[in-house]
Amino acid sequence: MKMGKRDFNKKYRNYHQARWDEPIIFELTQPGERGILLPEAEPEVEAAGLPELGAMVRKNAPKLPEMSQMRVLKHYMHLSQENIGADETVDIGQGTCTMKYNPKINDRMAGLPGFADIHPRQSESTVQGALELMYQTEQMLKSISGMDRFCMHPGGGAQAVLTIATVVRDWVDAQGLTDKKDEIITTIFSHPANPACAAVKGFKLITIYPDKNGRPDLEAMKAAVNERTAAVFITNPEDIGIYNSDIKEFTKLVHDAGGLCSYDQANANALLGITRAREADFDLCFFNIHKTFASPHGCGGPGCGVMGVREHLVKYLPAPLVGYDEKKDRYFLDYDSPSKTTRIKDFYGVLPAIVRGYSWMRNLGPDWLREVSRVAVLNNNYVFKKIMAMRGVGAPYAEGEFRMEQVRYSLQKLKEETGIGVAEFINRMFDYGMHLWSSHEPWIVPEPFTVEPTESYSKAELDEYLAVLEKVIDECYKTPDVVRHAPERAAIHHTDHDIQDDLKRAAITWRAYNKKYTGYFEPKA
Amino acid sequence: MAESIGIIVNPIAGMGGRVGLKGTDGDALRLAVERGVAPRSTARAAESLRALCELATADVPFTLYAGRGPLGEDAARDAGIDPVVVDGATRLGGPTTADDTVAVARAMKERGVRLLLFAGGDGTARDVCRAVGEDCLALGIPAGVKIHSAVYASSPKAAGRVAADLLSGRIPRSAEKLAEVMDIDEDAYRSGRLNARLYGYLCVPYERGRVQNLKSGSAASDAASQAEAAQGAAVLVESEPDTLFLVGAGTTTRALLAALGIEGTLLGVDAVQGGTHPQILATDMGEREILTILDGHPTAKIVVTPIGGQGFVFGRGNQQFSPEVIRRVGRENIALLASPAKITALRGAPLLVDTGDESLDAALEGYYRIITGPGRSIVYGVKQG
Repeated sequence: MKMGKRDFNKKYRNYHQARWDEPIIFELTQPGERGILLPEAEPEVEAAGLPELGAMVRKNAPKLPEMSQMRVLKHYMHLSQENIGADETVDIGQGTCTMKYNPKINDRMAGLPGFADIHPRQSESTVQGALELMYQTEQMLKSISGMDRFCMHPGGGAQAVLTIATVVRDWVDAQGLTDKKDEIITTIFSHPANPACAAVKGFKLITIYPDKNGRPDLEAMKAAVNERTAAVFITNPEDIGIYNSDIKEFTKLVHDAGGLCSYDQANANALLGITRAREADFDLCFFNIHKTFASPHGCGGPGCGVMGVREHLVKYLPAPLVGYDEKKDRYFLDYDSPSKTTRIKDFYGVLPAIVRGYSWMRNLGPDWLREVSRVAVLNNNYVFKKIMAMRGVGAPYAEGEFRMEQVRYSLQKLKEETGIGVAEFINRMFDYGMHLWSSHEPWIVPEPFTVEPTESYSKAELDEYLAVLEKVIDECYKTPDVVRHAPERAAIHHTDHDIQDDLKRAAITWRAYNKKYTGYFEPKA
Repeated sequence: MAESIGIIVNPIAGMGGRVGLKGTDGDALRLAVERGVAPRSTARAAESLRALCELATADVPFTLYAGRGPLGEDAARDAGIDPVVVDGATRLGGPTTADDTVAVARAMKERGVRLLLFAGGDGTARDVCRAVGEDCLALGIPAGVKIHSAVYASSPKAAGRVAADLLSGRIPRSAEKLAEVMDIDEDAYRSGRLNARLYGYLCVPYERGRVQNLKSGSAASDAASQAEAAQGAAVLVESEPDTLFLVGAGTTTRALLAALGIEGTLLGVDAVQGGTHPQILATDMGEREILTILDGHPTAKIVVTPIGGQGFVFGRGNQQFSPEVIRRVGRENIALLASPAKITALRGAPLLVDTGDESLDAALEGYYRIITGPGRSIVYGVKQG
């Protein structure tokens, strides 16, 4: 590749990713190498031993990598350079994930000693600030959703759905309806965690497909709801970015049949200050602090799925909830709830994520939260219009209508005309430092990709992303072999995905890797 | 050893369509020639082979086997390929017949081709099915008048692409599925009646199986999700000892019988007595036999899976379920099962019924619960075909 001065008239970059061929950290170990030299224990301590720990004292040292600080730093620096994400690129192609800016100041807040250096078993009197922050976060989430109480335990969206399924299960059982209400309805465009969690809790699943306009088929819903319906688990707008304005008819059908309604708001970026779960008659909902509320995702920090319910379901929430005693002006962890045996996760929630979400909301206030959603929808429709003008791209359903915060596009036409489908297309995007994601399974939309611009990116950045998209489309028609052999300028080339499904070869831990391989990807005989 | 692809062309396929003859079986071919129709299947096959050459990567050489002359060789040369000619029969010259297709297909199977491409319509698919059964990976290049079979690529180009992807390893060896070979009675069709039969299954490459992404994990294989649907229906059969189950044709319903531990037929209607130890009472029944067995079983259910790419529940490949049979059993006793992939492949189009009885078709319209697994179903609409 030619290197030289950057051509500032070009709409996309002359990109090349670093490639370090970085070993796995365990392979970098040097016996005896240390990051920190700890002082020897004093003779008295040595003499006393560790009697209280008894059998808990390790017989063998843990097999951790032995490395100096500098080598650890370089290892992770290399990995970060072989990565791609919101902090370095226009990360709008990871649709449904709401890859917005995660303000760095909020990391500083989460790192304050009063949040970072406390222990869950500490006395409540010593963590009043952290408890107050959790309590205040809940008050804001209540305003945003219209729910009456929030449980902040879940460590992510899927776990929040599991919490919802657990509440529905307990609610059904408490009424003695275990054998009578055993069905949960969901839609094919709702996140797969919805049917999965319902199944984990022993419910039968009924799936609704979209109608011609891309909304869940209301007539199918009418046929699906019956006295066995325990709940509907639904998203709105769904992944395809189309808002279902008949949503109250769905919730009414289920309520009339004596069931509950759960709103998957993992992605609520189109809705802040505009619509609420309460007004659509939902009984339960959840948000992902690590999406809509600007805390980084799992790989950049811990996730947090906060789950809210209406008053009649509060007694089924896992304990503890954060309470406030006005008389004593004290915050406390309320373990004394009727469902105190229900457990979703240890303790009370993922505090660093809650702190970031709190900081973000307080920074913006109600008016600017609404502005977040307005700009996210505006950005999306700008990108939508530009992408729809590109060759070989379509967006099924609701032709001529605007979309909400994201769009599921289809490269079906491009595939028919060039033979290149979305899997190969994505690989070429990496050569320009951009990412593009397809869709959850199943692929109802053929050759899908999903773009969610969020509120964070400038028009110049959106245009840069669009220029790359257009460039790769052009290459599909003119130089398809280039696309087929991509990525050429990324850290990693083609990978063998099939390995994931092959238990003989898949290794997700170092221990498993050692069992199955002798060295760098050489299988054991 | 270099991989090889086989090409067979039914040179007369598609000639009836232009003049409204609905196929080239029997006398229709002579009529088509008289009406001045030129063959088009060779051109369609050549289009497919050109796509294959364009897309096949240079480092994966392959041999092309072709039937002699109009049976494939001409198309190969049109596309600029020098093929290895395979003679299935000794007879040369004269008009080609179905026997030529069968003989050449058998010869190609013996040579171990990676994929057998054939250009034609439903009749050609039947001939290939007769020759190679489920033993050889095959894919149709659409060139015929009637394409009711699910063994055809969406276009000649698409067929070429699939072949190229197979050669380059972009479609793994495991990505294949059995797809329906259907045909209609052309004489009946010409006189306005549609009478489609299911003739068998060909093993076709399954392109979608390859594509996956890390966020959602890999899609379940076709066979696995079919087996799940079968397990779901097995729960129903095992829970109703007093019910007679009339199990229709298809690989999904065959998986149901396998799940129940009983043997039935792939293409016919089999009767099964429900319960924890289900018994097979009769196999491959015609309409009369079904009506007779219903006399002795007041409680009966029809278990069907949509047939082919178009999603017909009744009226294609299962005419044994006549209007009278369906009325006797009753709409509420129709159990549908399918893998979710089959529903997804409909791209939003409804499932269809075409029993030949309009008032029954109208009565069958509406929403059904399609069993997709134990405790899992899709609510989906059925309309008149």
